[in-house]
Amino acid sequence: MQDISDLDSFRTEIRYWLEENCPEQMRDGDTSEDSICWGGKNWNFTSSAQKTWLERCASVGLTVPTWPKAYGGAGLSRDQEKIFHEEMARINARTPLQSFGIWMLGPALLQFGSHEQKLEYLPPIARGEIRWCQGYSEPGAGSDLAGVQSKAEDQGEHWLVNGQKIWTSYADKADWIFALLRTDRDAPKHKGISFILIDMSTPGVSTRPIRLISGASPFCETFFDNVEVPKTQVVGTINRGWDVAKYLLTHEREMISAGGALMGGGRSLGEVIASSETGLSDPVLRADAMRAEVDGLAVNLTIERYKDQVEGGGSVGDASAMLKYMGTELNKRRLEVMMSAGGSDALNWVDTDAPSWLRSKANSIEGGTSEVMLSIISKRVLGLPG
Amino acid sequence: MTTLVRTEEETLLADAARGFLDEAAPITHLRGLRDEGRTHDPALWKAMADMGWTGVLVPEAAGGSDMGHAAANILAEEMGRTLVTSPFISTAVIAATALRQVSDDRANAALRQIADGSVTYALAVDEGAKFAPDAVELQASQEGNGFKLSGSKRFVVDAGQADRLLVLARSQDGLTLFDIPSDRAGITRTARSVIDSRDAADIEFDAVEATGDDVVGNIDDGLTVLKPALEAGQAALAAELTGLAAGAFGRTVEYLKERKQFGVQIGMFQALQHRAAHMWCESEVTASAVLHAGRKLDEDPQNATLAVSLAKARATDTAQLTVREGVQMHGGIGMTDAFDMGFYMKRARVAAEWLGDYGHHAAVVANLRWGAEA
Repeated sequence: MQDISDLDSFRTEIRYWLEENCPEQMRDGDTSEDSICWGGKNWNFTSSAQKTWLERCASVGLTVPTWPKAYGGAGLSRDQEKIFHEEMARINARTPLQSFGIWMLGPALLQFGSHEQKLEYLPPIARGEIRWCQGYSEPGAGSDLAGVQSKAEDQGEHWLVNGQKIWTSYADKADWIFALLRTDRDAPKHKGISFILIDMSTPGVSTRPIRLISGASPFCETFFDNVEVPKTQVVGTINRGWDVAKYLLTHEREMISAGGALMGGGRSLGEVIASSETGLSDPVLRADAMRAEVDGLAVNLTIERYKDQVEGGGSVGDASAMLKYMGTELNKRRLEVMMSAGGSDALNWVDTDAPSWLRSKANSIEGGTSEVMLSIISKRVLGLPG
Repeated sequence: MTTLVRTEEETLLADAARGFLDEAAPITHLRGLRDEGRTHDPALWKAMADMGWTGVLVPEAAGGSDMGHAAANILAEEMGRTLVTSPFISTAVIAATALRQVSDDRANAALRQIADGSVTYALAVDEGAKFAPDAVELQASQEGNGFKLSGSKRFVVDAGQADRLLVLARSQDGLTLFDIPSDRAGITRTARSVIDSRDAADIEFDAVEATGDDVVGNIDDGLTVLKPALEAGQAALAAELTGLAAGAFGRTVEYLKERKQFGVQIGMFQALQHRAAHMWCESEVTASAVLHAGRKLDEDPQNATLAVSLAKARATDTAQLTVREGVQMHGGIGMTDAFDMGFYMKRARVAAEWLGDYGHHAAVVANLRWGAEA
């Protein structure tokens, strides 16, 4: 905990900086998918203000406020970060940059990467220059993620990578991929995997988008056909990539659960009810809606409670599986209620909750299914056998 | 607001309470009282008073420990864990919160008696089978300088043994709250035999005399005093249900590790593992709502209604899930009186109903969130 007067002066300083630097057009909040800036080599800024906002934040490390300054961050403490977010919210500022590099690879590199790797990979993430995707699942390794078969063979000078990944989010738009690859076929399955970074422009890498039930194609298949990868691009110890993967999955679950509980086409249950033709006159719908509202408030308080716990120096640990399970299952229920409240008006593709309703079904599959979450809890939290 | 993590003092209080109650009032204590046909243990109440528990919400000037609602909830939660039988919520939470809303000598004297353990209370509000403070019909008719109370109250928790009653009555221009001795002429208490083996009574009021001195707060304005007291009671009951769920769940998880069928521990079976894990998740989410309700009552009591109803709704739901699954996962042994799971199930049903059930509190939440017309 920092001195209160220091924090007060930090607040004054950051408030002034935001007033001076946040363009007017960037003060409409993170309203929709379209307002997100993902960055990367292929990124087309939706406005010059979006570009300016990213560059100004990156120049002082505020795209990744808590990362060390040496790696492109602002080196903020947790208390300062909280104030930064409060001040951002105060002027309804958009998040300048969101990416898997910030949410996932960055934390993994900070924990497991070498100094050289951090210097090479973190600053381009912070500046929004390189967009990353995650190569975890395979056609034969979904819930049983440690069963990955895509392989990296040691060819002396380099790794030779062959295989296929699936459900690679935004792989068709990404510049680099961090992948789990089998580097020892004879070891037990958790002990023969390495965490390897691959430039997507290397010959032999190709992607193919997968069209989903929601009509969108956020996921891809990614193919590796005799791809040569420099030996320096392994993160952490060779054959111990599962440690990195587990660490990252925890981050991913927290992210999905935090998003899941608050998502829903950007509309709250109350707004949906108010705008529906019949409101909640149907008693069955009313009961479902009330239950979803009660549970939603309690899940949000739980996210807040765990944040408080982390800020107090504690950890979330295996409870991230609980947040992920409860948040995503709740989000699915809320969207069912919203669809019912809308009646036939909700059945169009455009200007309805239908795409979000369909999208929500993936929440309890991606990043570990609800059933995998329950198995994690029963074994690691409750200590049940097997 | 204080964070949603227990402070060091709160953790110490919980540990101390658990240590004491595991010794002084494990479930065998409830079982013993039931077998003897008793619903109150004065020695246990005296011990609670000596530790400052009965005065947990009594100001220090009136001899209390004044630890606040979050602390009262911690005590209630620990009592829930072993199904401790006492008038703690009626007396130390509801009556104390009502009485401290007024600052006259009589209220101070009453608070002092709550803190020192010499007096217990019951709250007489409901007249029908459901919690409905607005539906009160018991008449307080003005007679000279005083009142005559006539009517009946139903399912008054802790009233069989209570020394005093808080009675909500309909007066000329509203509702008035009275604080009267339970043996005043014209009062007939009929003890009920309730499934949780605890104290509850139906009460007839036949022209019971009351004076202006017996009024808590202002005439025709009883809800100003009663509302915070009800909310404090509902939050504490939610905390009790949380402790109850934790107690029942802990036993169930232990049983899943011990019981063998088909040659293995039944906790090996995924069908049971996932249901147990789901219960734990529900408990974690409910714990947040209960903790939050305590913080709101301590730090922003004027605006605690949503937080309290959220806590009572969630705690009711989670406790009932936990005891249903608890009996089912124990199989036949769970159905026997010799085994404790049934005690948890019966208390959960009573606590779910008292001071407003799931539907009542979910409707409060919905009305506050969406407006009454939604």
